[in-house]
Amino acid sequence: MFGFDAIELARLQFAFTVSAHITFPAFTIGLASYLAVLNGLHLVTGRQAYLDVFNYLKTIFAVVFGMGVVSGIVMSYQFGTNWSVFSDKAGPVIGPLMGYEVLSAFFLEAGFLGVMLFGRARVGPHLHFFATLMVAVGTLFSAFWILSVNSWMQTPAGYGVNEAGQFIAEDWIAVIFNPSLPYRLAHMVMGAYLTTAFVVGAVGAWHLLRDSAAEAPRIMFSMAMWMATIVAPIQAYVGDMHGLNTLEYQPAKVAAMEGHYETHQGAPLILFGIPDDEAEETRYAIEVPYLGSLILTHHLEGEIKGLKEWPRDERPPAEIIFWSFRVMVAVGVAMIAIGLWSAYARWRGRLYEDLWLHRAALLMGPAGFAAVLCGWITTEVGRQPYTIYGLLTTTDSVSPLHAPAVGWSLMAFVIVYFSVFGAGTFYALRLMASPPKSGGDDVDIGPTRTAGITPVQSFPRKGAAAPSHHPAE
Amino acid sequence: MESDLAFIWAAVIAFAVFAYVVLDGFDLGVGILFPAYPEKDDRDLMMNTIAPIWDGNETWLVLGGGGLFAVFPLAYAVVMPALYAPIIAMLLFLVFRGVAFEFVHRTKRGRKIWEWAFSGGSIGAALAQGIALGALVQGIAYDNRAYAGGDWDWLSLFSILTGVALVVGYALLGATWLVMKTEGEVRARAKDIALKALFGTLGLIGIASLWTPFLNPVYFDHWFKFPHILFSVMVPLLVAGCAYLAFDGLRKDKDSQPFLACLGLFALCFAGIGISFYPYMVPPSLTIADAAAPDDSLEFLLVGAAVLVPIILAYTAYAYWVFRGKVRPEDGYH
Ligand code: HDD
Ligand code: HEM
Ligand code: HEM
Repeated sequence: MFGFDAIELARLQFAFTVSAHITFPAFTIGLASYLAVLNGLHLVTGRQAYLDVFNYLKTIFAVVFGMGVVSGIVMSYQFGTNWSVFSDKAGPVIGPLMGYEVLSAFFLEAGFLGVMLFGRARVGPHLHFFATLMVAVGTLFSAFWILSVNSWMQTPAGYGVNEAGQFIAEDWIAVIFNPSLPYRLAHMVMGAYLTTAFVVGAVGAWHLLRDSAAEAPRIMFSMAMWMATIVAPIQAYVGDMHGLNTLEYQPAKVAAMEGHYETHQGAPLILFGIPDDEAEETRYAIEVPYLGSLILTHHLEGEIKGLKEWPRDERPPAEIIFWSFRVMVAVGVAMIAIGLWSAYARWRGRLYEDLWLHRAALLMGPAGFAAVLCGWITTEVGRQPYTIYGLLTTTDSVSPLHAPAVGWSLMAFVIVYFSVFGAGTFYALRLMASPPKSGGDDVDIGPTRTAGITPVQSFPRKGAAAPSHHPAE
Repeated sequence: MESDLAFIWAAVIAFAVFAYVVLDGFDLGVGILFPAYPEKDDRDLMMNTIAPIWDGNETWLVLGGGGLFAVFPLAYAVVMPALYAPIIAMLLFLVFRGVAFEFVHRTKRGRKIWEWAFSGGSIGAALAQGIALGALVQGIAYDNRAYAGGDWDWLSLFSILTGVALVVGYALLGATWLVMKTEGEVRARAKDIALKALFGTLGLIGIASLWTPFLNPVYFDHWFKFPHILFSVMVPLLVAGCAYLAFDGLRKDKDSQPFLACLGLFALCFAGIGISFYPYMVPPSLTIADAAAPDDSLEFLLVGAAVLVPIILAYTAYAYWVFRGKVRPEDGYH
């Protein structure tokens, strides 16, 4: 179909659906934690503005979270529909980890989500804070387990193989805490925090550009810029350590990221160039001598293996990940720059007045998403031609499907995702464009919130139940 | 000797699927009933009855699928490609329905679109689930650790029948849920629909039950050989009992009795399918023991499930408790 065979279509479909999915958690992991912080700050300080920001972002959270949930449900069935051989073989090892994700994370999020979104008037501020916290904890558990799964596929450990050809776990601790998990987890969670911070910062900046005295935008902007100042440099450092870990376990991926086809003693760092997998060279390379070896081995003369060390059919495509890696790093550097700039403006007492800073922050609003997607593309395409690194190839993982079935479903996913998630993104942006309201509670955010809830001020807070509701019998 | 763990897990998965069917069943049912309630205010009210809990309900679907992947990877690997089209269709319908909860309130001009998405998504998802169930009951071609059939095996008269039956059944659950959660005009109409859906469901269950034993001689034996026959006689009696309670509850205008009685109906149907299948996981060739993951995978996840499932049930019950009682239109808005 369209000149693709079933396996290429299945890969495209998986790549498309997981890329769509990750976009939402990248934002909601960070936002859930931020909401918990805001709720806690309001509880401790009693300051109304924190609650205003909370209510404002909560509505946006609800829109994005809904998209994260429905695209995630698709993912949990994609392994079976498109990668059934992989599922049969790897299920005994990674299945239980994903089982733990459902039990410890998804239920926690979903169970407390309703209370967090609709229940403040019913349960009172303390339990409401608790519910918000549980949603945040749930998103972090979720990230932990799914990244454990993904990391095991990158750097498998603690496994054996049984007579049926299935992978089995010999040591669960080694499986879960496999060698690349710590780096991937730290890097991803911080990536999500940064993504959120830059969105929140852009929203704050947008409203500050209109009214630099408004209280809620000031809170958003200031907190987001603290995140940029502190976490962006740490993210680069952790990314570097992640890269060293990859060099140890997946040197071919690093060679492709760096655009090296030849093995070098004292390798240069290729800043830009055009890798050509056919001709096995990186054209028009702009290089910094020795810096590649210095970064990766911490020695000027360290050896970096080039892609030619591997047979052609065991190399990942440098043409893709050379670029995806550079986009991510460029975004990281830009984030650090914004962090420094805002620190300087803060120190000069001009954080809320520096118009150029606000404009720059506005421009950087979507940057986190680009970095997260490019990071994942680097990781996943760099794992090729394997699904389980060194053990199971992608060609051996695919379901016995025919191209038309996969082709049609891929087309359906593309159409539905672009229209539905496009609309959702539009609604989220529209919510962000309207300024936060002050003073209200659950009143102004649409009828969904009002499932049996009257405005908070109309009844005494004591007693969790709203007066308007009556037990069933 | 096969381990008992596989059977414990089969029970846990069955429980998850059942929890999904009844919980998401009633909230899909609310969406299925939308065409009978054209007014905006009624639709808002209906959505409000399920808005705080639908996500939790749908998580049981993830546990059903994810759990199958974890503990019966072979069954998962065979069933998913076999039911490819209905599963993908279900997922896409669930996308429409899931986002509609929020989107409907985010736009004035586009509101109608998302009401359609909600209702159409609910109907489509129910139909796809019912078709998938029918296809599974019919049996799945299997050879050498993989699905061995074609792209269209899932489509048959029987699977269409089960598809329609599930739509009607979910509508019944949704209507009795509305009887329990609402008042006035909305409730009165729901009561009306519930009565019709009750008869529809019973009729369709009847046809499907008479048909099933003839699909596969194994099912026939399961139902009509001693000692199973003792149980086979009981099931219709219990079904009649539940049907009576539902009918009686509706007639006497009880709030929760009809809903609970309908849950009973679903439980009995589910048990009936269980009797037909056992000891198969994917009829006609893959047994529970064949499909199970190695023991240490089963054990590892069972420890977690034993601790976490009760906790999940506890906070799920809490969430339902927080939002208990009738939902009223005048509450909070205007
Ligand atoms: C806001 C997000 C973000 C930012 C600013 C960065 N990254 Fe990143 N990066 C990710 C978000 C991310 C990610 C999406 O979270 C990935 C994909 C998989 C993973 O665990 O993290 C990732 C993967 C990833 C990998 C791939 C490792 C592998 O799969 O084997 C490397 C080497 C780096 N990163 C290194 C960096 C460096 C040196 C950065 C310097 C500025 C950087 N990242 C910024
Ligand atoms: C953490 C959970 C994830 C798991 C378990 C996972 C697993 C997989 C699997 C099974 C494949 C199919 C086989 C293949 O073609 O390699 C794949 C491919 C792919 N995934 Fe992931 N993935 C995860 C996250 C992501 C994310 C978040 C992205 C976001 C961009 C992503 C991007 C891709 C891409 C681009 C491919 C296609 C690679 C290729 O075919 O060249 N993955 N992944
Ligand atoms: C292929 C891999 C993946 C699968 C099978 C998967 C599965 C799912 C499912 C089923 C849900 C919905 C849960 C619910 O009902 O509430 C979900 C949501 C979520 N997923 Fe994924 N997911 C994958 C990749 C990822 C990755 C790579 C991350 C992040 C590191 C992630 C983080 C989350 C989070 C935080 C949520 C909560 C919903 C939200 O925040 O939007 N997932 N995922």
